[in-house]
Amino acid sequence: MKAETHFAFFDEGSKKEIRRAIMKAVAIPGYQVPFASREMPIARGWGTGGLQITLSIIGKSDVLKVIDQGADESVNAVSIKKLVHETTGVELTDRTEDADIIQSRHRIPEIALTKEQIIVLQVPTPEPLRGVEAREYITKRMHSEYDYSGAWLILFEQIMKYGKTATAADHPVYVNHRYVMAPSPIPRFDNPKIHQSDALILLGAGREKKIYAVPPYTNVESLAFDDYPFTVESFEGMHCHLCSGADVFLDELIDHTTGETIYQCNDTSYCMERMNENVNEKEKAEVEGSYA
Amino acid sequence: MHEEPVLQVRNLRKQFGPGCRECGQMDNRQLEKNYCTNCGTVYACQDISLDLYPGEILGIVGESGSGKSTLMQCLYFDAEVSSGEAYIKDPKLEGKNVFDLSSQQKRYIRNHSYGMVYQNPVHGLKMNFSSVGNIAEKQIAAGNRNVADMEATSKKLLESVHIPLHRMKEEPQNFSGGMQQRVQIAKALSNNPPVLFLDEVTTGLDLSVQANVLDLIKTIQRELGISMLVVSHDLAVIRMLADRTVVMLNGAIIEEGLTDQILEDPQHEYTQQLVYSLL
Repeated sequence: MKAETHFAFFDEGSKKEIRRAIMKAVAIPGYQVPFASREMPIARGWGTGGLQITLSIIGKSDVLKVIDQGADESVNAVSIKKLVHETTGVELTDRTEDADIIQSRHRIPEIALTKEQIIVLQVPTPEPLRGVEAREYITKRMHSEYDYSGAWLILFEQIMKYGKTATAADHPVYVNHRYVMAPSPIPRFDNPKIHQSDALILLGAGREKKIYAVPPYTNVESLAFDDYPFTVESFEGMHCHLCSGADVFLDELIDHTTGETIYQCNDTSYCMERMNENVNEKEKAEVEGSYA
Repeated sequence: MHEEPVLQVRNLRKQFGPGCRECGQMDNRQLEKNYCTNCGTVYACQDISLDLYPGEILGIVGESGSGKSTLMQCLYFDAEVSSGEAYIKDPKLEGKNVFDLSSQQKRYIRNHSYGMVYQNPVHGLKMNFSSVGNIAEKQIAAGNRNVADMEATSKKLLESVHIPLHRMKEEPQNFSGGMQQRVQIAKALSNNPPVLFLDEVTTGLDLSVQANVLDLIKTIQRELGISMLVVSHDLAVIRMLADRTVVMLNGAIIEEGLTDQILEDPQHEYTQQLVYSLL
């Protein structure tokens, strides 16, 4: 026997509580709102924060896209999509433009989001000051007192050690000139996309029981010293070997037989879209095969 | 000539516990040392008033448990006071009791006007961050956002406290106690604070390192004109550093005056005992 689940898995009371946390998060941009993170049918640390947000805001007519580090087809993205689809019956899509809600792990899509869309980011470590202070009640106090020397110190240490800031992902940002926020482990490449974003950005950390948000058209500034300006990953002179796309975030792949380094779009739906634009049916089949 | 103090403290009180009928009245409380035998409330600081003038070193002596460190913690906002006032010389804070300020404002004062050297370097340093990073942290807190500038300042300070520069990127946890203490002093000085608090800085250091650290403090005072509040139970340290001295016993100031005067001609019974027990 299979029990009927409630629409969007949660009971209405749970959704209400999570929505209330989201409202507070939107009202105080960058502030981490504690919430009663639910037990989910997937393990903590696998996107439960994002999933809880998605489930509590999704409506029957919404279209959902789920990406995992740029890929629509990875196991985790597919499982989350299946769970949401089975409990809501909403339509799923790979196309960024068609989605109303995009749940994402560690990437913001290449195609600019619109004010009609909401992006939900999964967050492993919501606290940007955790590296300098292990105790939660102290970091809370540091936020309240606007004491962010610790966040700067982490960057300073990296400059001392490596000659540059070495945040590969999750480079801290000032939100609305007040709170320092961990933007989730998106590459630095995606940080500028948060600034004055048209879409609402919601961030959920299930294990750490925190929800925070960047409302549309909010100023978001990456932390950077005067003499070490913020830079994004550079892919100058490189392009995707499939769609020849440039100015996008590229994955570096090494061909194990030839030892050759090749580059490929990290955002698979973007890459696929570009390829589909100009190929005939035969080539299209080939290209789709290359992702399988 | 009339000089204005950089730090004025008036009637500072700090108690641990709620107090009871026996000890609630300031004038006729019956205390065993500094605690009430009836309710167990500890009166760590009772009505402390003092002035710290520009460029002077004020010593605070007293036995263990006399309230010296509690006083320092209160002044540096590490602990809340029970009541009392303090004023600092700052055009923006003219006539404002700093204990009444918001925690954000208190942090601003800590970052911009104060330096603190704790007895235990663990409290003042981040042991798993580089020494240069530790010194930079204080400058970052004071608003500096220029790496090259902070690195240069840190190097200069480390040099002045005799830490070899090839070890500046090492973490203080790899250093000896004396070196840690010197890094802490460099950190406390890095934002050029008008007021520096030193809490038992040489306790636990061996004699030659002690001499080094004391020498350093004296040099800093001479060259930078920083006012210091030095807490110590070691009269030799006080004799060497302090221009003026206050003596604390059971949470209250029992005697104050020029250091020479206090050491040569102590008036209070306890001070006499303290001075004559000096080896």
